[in-house]
Amino acid sequence: MADGAAPVLDVRGLKTVFRTRGGEVHAVNSVSFHLNPGELLGVVGESGSGKSVTMMSLIGLLPSPPADVRAGTVMLGDRDLLKISADELRDVRGAKVGFVFQDPMTSLNPVFTVGNQIMEPLIRHMGMNKKQAEVRAAELLALVGIPDAAARLKSYPHQFSGGMRQRVMIAIALACDPDVLIADEPTTALDVTIQAQILELVKDLRQKLGMAIVWITHDLGVIAGIADRVMVMYGGQVVEQAPVKELFANPQHPYTRALLKTIPSLTGEREARLQVIEGQPPILIGAPTACPFRARCAHAFARCEAENPERRAIDGRAVGQGHDVACHWTAEVAHA
Amino acid sequence: MLDQAPKSITPLVQVRGLKMYFPIYSGLLRRHTGDVKAVDGVSFDIMPGETLGLVGESGCGKSTVGRALLRLYEITAGNVVINGTDVATLAPEALRKARPQMQMVFQDPQASLNPRMTLADIIGEPLDEHTDLDSTQKLARIYELMDAVGLNRRFANRFPHEFSGGQRQRIGIARALALNPRFIVCDEPIAALDVSIQAQVVNLLEDLQEKLGLTYLFISHDLSMVRHIADRVAVMYLGRIAELSPRDALYARPLHPYAEALLSAVPEPDPTLARSRQRIILQGDVPSPANPPKGCNFCTRCPKVFDLCRQVKPELVEVEPGRMVACHLYPNTSVAGSTGVFEAKEHNQQGVSQ
Repeated sequence: MADGAAPVLDVRGLKTVFRTRGGEVHAVNSVSFHLNPGELLGVVGESGSGKSVTMMSLIGLLPSPPADVRAGTVMLGDRDLLKISADELRDVRGAKVGFVFQDPMTSLNPVFTVGNQIMEPLIRHMGMNKKQAEVRAAELLALVGIPDAAARLKSYPHQFSGGMRQRVMIAIALACDPDVLIADEPTTALDVTIQAQILELVKDLRQKLGMAIVWITHDLGVIAGIADRVMVMYGGQVVEQAPVKELFANPQHPYTRALLKTIPSLTGEREARLQVIEGQPPILIGAPTACPFRARCAHAFARCEAENPERRAIDGRAVGQGHDVACHWTAEVAHA
Repeated sequence: MLDQAPKSITPLVQVRGLKMYFPIYSGLLRRHTGDVKAVDGVSFDIMPGETLGLVGESGCGKSTVGRALLRLYEITAGNVVINGTDVATLAPEALRKARPQMQMVFQDPQASLNPRMTLADIIGEPLDEHTDLDSTQKLARIYELMDAVGLNRRFANRFPHEFSGGQRQRIGIARALALNPRFIVCDEPIAALDVSIQAQVVNLLEDLQEKLGLTYLFISHDLSMVRHIADRVAVMYLGRIAELSPRDALYARPLHPYAEALLSAVPEPDPTLARSRQRIILQGDVPSPANPPKGCNFCTRCPKVFDLCRQVKPELVEVEPGRMVACHLYPNTSVAGSTGVFEAKEHNQQGVSQ
């Protein structure tokens, strides 16, 4: 996590809007973050918080219309992904940025063999011929821990279990040796013992390959175990960002604090009653003019209604480098 | 006895040797060629007012147990005595009469509510079926139920799609409560909800239990939530109970190797602990319930496996006060060397003798 090294991915002021009959839904609102080489950035949030839409906006995976990536820059190396052509973007996807989705059944094509699907990006992006691609595909399957890899290339997705399919997805995402791997809830559909296997695999692959990873999840337990840095999203915005230990030890945003308190512990003191966050997540129609969490926040005051808070560092470092939070209460009361 | 509770209290729910096989038909003549043994000889008691947690991974048969208990399936073998009546053998009309005392809350509130019925229709339907309240009384009861689960009375004429996931789950709970049941099977009631909404629903279930003296079977794969809500916990693996222990004992020191591995696989929301903790990573996947391994179900993945495990199926026996484990590692586990059928008979006799 060297501060000096240039980030592999640098996103500034990303805005994505969905046009619907009910109005414009501001799903991603001025999201900025960067990813350092070799780093694992955890993105936490509930459904509808904009975590998946943010990542899909980066690499043009959202259908337009209804989606409209309205503003921002997405620098991958020295190229702005929002400015390049559709063809160039297709080369970025797969070759430079690998993607692992939540549901390994629906993201693999059921009518092609697994080998075929791993070889496809190798042939397309790496200029390999079929023979070379097959050898590399077997290596990749072995790398993600599938026994008897060469023979399993001929299997179809339905012949694999859920955990095995997710390993195949990871193999495909890693095929072209990407700079960035984006994993969108990759273990949510899996059982805990299988999830533990996949988490071990990812830790192992990070050591071997050293790529930078964005890991989207709603599970704070998973984040605690693998992330270097965490970004908490709520209502389409980044509300808090900090190194993982700092975030869990010293959460600042009322939402982060409440979220950490609502999860029952497996080992600690057993609470008589669970803490709740009252109310419902916000509806994001119309451009935000107030703090998205104000209606559920125990500390909300007049300013939260009047003005959407900006991210502010609380440790004197630049926003995004240390610990920052977007909250009027934290700024005015807690750190007055 | 299965419990440490005083013997004067009779369990509200007694399950003995429950088996639920789903037949496999194959070939041109659709001959019966095998069975998916979803539940293969499960026995437990639930005391009045108690919450029994039932945990396990997908496909272990936990939901099938819940559904078989309410006889949503015709069960293959075993007894299910709820409040003194053996539900497993009741005739259809008698079963219908017995239904009000046992209800269910389903996992997916989207799929378990009829999209064309209003909230009042949904909550009122069990009242139409099982009571002869007139329309004023019925509406009063519907409002009472809506108040109990925290739904605004103004919503009575709205449709399910107008509600959020957490509110829909409240509708499902209100419907389950309509007939004053004593026993409710909660089948993954929070799995489809966001973390911040899960706590709201769990607190509601706990409040209702206290107020109405309900007994729950709480089926879940979320081990930390089960630790919060359950008094005792049964861990299932491939159709059988591996361990059944009081909550605190199980979480402090799991006895069955599968329970131990399962607990160690749960990610803890604490970065320091998560990095220092030694995890047990199980190899491989769960075998198919259509073709379970010989001997102990867990023998293909167990880190502590030895020869006996591959030969003889361990039975669920009490190895410490109140703690039942099915594992050969514990010396007083009986080595009956029995077939499944024989076991079921044994359980049946036990059930009858009580």
